Amino acid sequence: MHADFIQFADAVCAQAPGTERISLAFSAESTDFIRFNRASVRQATHVEQRYGSVSVVADGRRATGTISLSGDLAADIEALLAERATLIAQLPLIPRDKYLLLPPAPASSQRTAAGKLPTAREVMDAVSKHAAGTDLVGFYAGGPVVRAYADSSGQRNWHQVDSFLFEWSLYRSGDQAVKSSYAGTEWSDSVLAAKMAQARHQCELLARARKTLAPGEYRVYFSPVAVAELLGTLSWGGFGLKAVKTGVSTLIQLHRGDAALHPSVTLTEATAAGIGPSFQDDGFVKPDAVPLVAAGRIAGNLASPRSAMEYGVPANGSSAEESPDSLAMAAGSLAQAEVLRTLGTGVYVSNLHYLNYSDRQACRMTGMTRFACFWVENGELVAPIAVMRFDDSFIRMFGPGLVALTDTVELQPDNATYGSRSLRSISAPGAIVDGLRFTL
Amino acid sequence: MDFLKLERNAKHAAPACDYWSVRGVVEQSERLLVREDVAEAPARQTDAGAMVSVVRDGAMGYSATSDVSEAGLKRAFDQATALAQSASGRSVFDYRKLALPAAAGQYRSPNERPVAQLTLGDRFALLQQVCASANLGDAIVDRSASLWTTHTEQLLVTSGGGRVEQAWDFVVPGITVVASANGDTQTRSSAGQYNGFCQQGGLEVLERAGFAGDGPRVAREAIELVHAPNCPTGEMDVLLMPDQMMLQIHESIGHPLELDRILGDERNFAGTSFVTMNMFGHYQYGSPLLNVSFAPDLREQFASFAFDDEGAPATREWIIRQGILKRPLGASLSQARAGAMPGVATARACSWNRPPIDRMSNLNIEPGDATLDSMVASIESGILMKTNSSWSIDDSRNKFQFGCEHGQLIRNGKLAGVVKRPNYRGISASFWRSLSMVGDASTFQVMGTPYCGKGEPNQVIRVGHAAPACKFSGVAVFGGAN
Repeated sequence: MHADFIQFADAVCAQAPGTERISLAFSAESTDFIRFNRASVRQATHVEQRYGSVSVVADGRRATGTISLSGDLAADIEALLAERATLIAQLPLIPRDKYLLLPPAPASSQRTAAGKLPTAREVMDAVSKHAAGTDLVGFYAGGPVVRAYADSSGQRNWHQVDSFLFEWSLYRSGDQAVKSSYAGTEWSDSVLAAKMAQARHQCELLARARKTLAPGEYRVYFSPVAVAELLGTLSWGGFGLKAVKTGVSTLIQLHRGDAALHPSVTLTEATAAGIGPSFQDDGFVKPDAVPLVAAGRIAGNLASPRSAMEYGVPANGSSAEESPDSLAMAAGSLAQAEVLRTLGTGVYVSNLHYLNYSDRQACRMTGMTRFACFWVENGELVAPIAVMRFDDSFIRMFGPGLVALTDTVELQPDNATYGSRSLRSISAPGAIVDGLRFTL
Repeated sequence: MDFLKLERNAKHAAPACDYWSVRGVVEQSERLLVREDVAEAPARQTDAGAMVSVVRDGAMGYSATSDVSEAGLKRAFDQATALAQSASGRSVFDYRKLALPAAAGQYRSPNERPVAQLTLGDRFALLQQVCASANLGDAIVDRSASLWTTHTEQLLVTSGGGRVEQAWDFVVPGITVVASANGDTQTRSSAGQYNGFCQQGGLEVLERAGFAGDGPRVAREAIELVHAPNCPTGEMDVLLMPDQMMLQIHESIGHPLELDRILGDERNFAGTSFVTMNMFGHYQYGSPLLNVSFAPDLREQFASFAFDDEGAPATREWIIRQGILKRPLGASLSQARAGAMPGVATARACSWNRPPIDRMSNLNIEPGDATLDSMVASIESGILMKTNSSWSIDDSRNKFQFGCEHGQLIRNGKLAGVVKRPNYRGISASFWRSLSMVGDASTFQVMGTPYCGKGEPNQVIRVGHAAPACKFSGVAVFGGAN
């Protein structure tokens, strides 16, 4: 596929009369999607898709067109050239864009990571074998994913990774379940078997009588998965330069110096440690790391090329949305083995669900507990809890409310498959927080 | 894509099997945005491809391809056949027991004045004018006007002789303004930052939205909000306008009534439902004033169609009648899995590269007989809320918390001052029973969203929600932290 990309990149990105820059962003995937319900196959789908986004720039104007590609090289080149011609014809109708910024110097890159992926039948066989007799509901997505970029300055970027993500929930009854995942590039039946056995064991804990909590403040442990949910919400409007400049950033209190996070909180857009490409769709190269919060205080923002022009700062590889693709929270010092003892009496939150802001200016979030969350007394898991709604400020939870971060981080690949498989990830430790406000 | 050629290629490439289908989709869209009077690069997209399905040995397999040549479809059919064979004997359902639809027909959106009547330059000029009109002074720190138009064509051909051709035109206008003063910042939008006003049609949709003249109103209300006090806290009546009712319907009626969700398909992702199979026919979902319809025939509404994406003819049905739960949002397969439970034609896919699942489509609350004035007059202490800004609900679709952009106090039967950050929370199973007044047709508005997410693989799809203003009694209300 890389050879095909180079051929149509050379054809499409050849300089056309009257244009200053032509670029091509390319994405493709060949994916097996398999849904399971009650340990049986609910839906099995194979998807072959390729998209090319052509951009033409002239006289301070830009137009972009994205088309689906068939995989037939000659036909795809013809289609992309036709799209390019349409865009060039449109340019005079488009107002000049004073915030248009193009990549500075060509910076090419190539990464191809081959994996060992199972066939769809092997995945179904594994579930039949290891989840027999259980109420497993889950989803497997696997296959190669490509992101690429080329432009008329000669830049060529290629990122191809073979990967899979299998997430499943083992239900005991009603809404009581243990959620697990297995992600990687090399599928191993024995690793899956071990994870499945662990989930079965955890599921047994749900057999204990369920405890219903009254609304109020609780000391909690957020698992790394739960912390990643909170950070995912924070990524929605927390770190972008435009959001800061227009006052809508959910971390605006930190920017104004009205509040700070706990000194142990460090957040970084850690591209080099993530699973995504080192370039964005407009061809800007992402630095290995962009500090966002250091020792509890703002250390930087994500600046898209457009915001960089508008606000007069350097671009730092962000996409137009200015949300992180590879957000990483640094580990703390609490050993995992000490989590329950340090929590003492409170709530062990394994998963959170459906987070949103209830007050963006105050960075106040609301959401639900989900799956296997437990009441803990004196360092012992006592009972599963009925789902609870929380409504609390992230700045309070990870500011004065933060007791400890665990000493290891877990990388959570984004499970989103809207339109295409996501290459985003969040890496986070677990966290013990005092006084989490449960409201309903 | 030439649909006749697709049909011919599919018939040549289809395997010998119990059932097959091919669903070709061509979707062309354009997104325009002017922010702070500066036009951003227009983004065009043409997305074309086909999904084939095959039933073999009691299981179904799907395969999607953008190569719709005979050879490309043959490869896709081979993939789908292999998946069906792999799933055979371990499928959630024996597809041999299901007669999938085989209807023939057509559908086309109403489109009185196609958007293409305006040139690209004219479309930008309109957005420039709307964006500029929202500039009401220094308190306005950000303003944008956007227009998203889409034309979609779809052909479904099935082995049983089904042939359904449908074409839609979608228009999504948007105005968003940010005001800052007194150390606070507030965002106000024309009908929701995630596009509450979206309909099928052409330029007439912009006229129904009042798009060209709405910028000053949105900006004025943004300024009002930054100077307003926070919404008070307490138990009180709330009067929800249609651009919040759409979200209330969506999250706490629509999702819990999706039959595939009740059957457990979504438990790993979107969640389960507090609704169980044995509730249909008698469960008191809401007060007797609650009448909810599945309405694929409201012509301008966002998710109107004549057939679902499996080819089942779509007809209007009561989902909740006088407060009693009647039938779920479940299409042919889910109905069969649920033991021939009556449902609705609502198996839909977001595009060619995703298989159909149960969706909401148009799910509406029918008007009652109360005027807006009479509803306000009936409230001693309460809040009128407009335009959703925040939404969260548990995985059983019961404990919810929603926030709105704009609130207005109601004191002693009269509208009083504006309040910011109005939020409320409740439990679906009891909330709808507190519905105490339903607005008449003069309060009814046709809303929707392009962003209903569900399914694994994920699918974001268009849904419509039309509703009158509705009054709920004794609701837990609260405001912001500042």
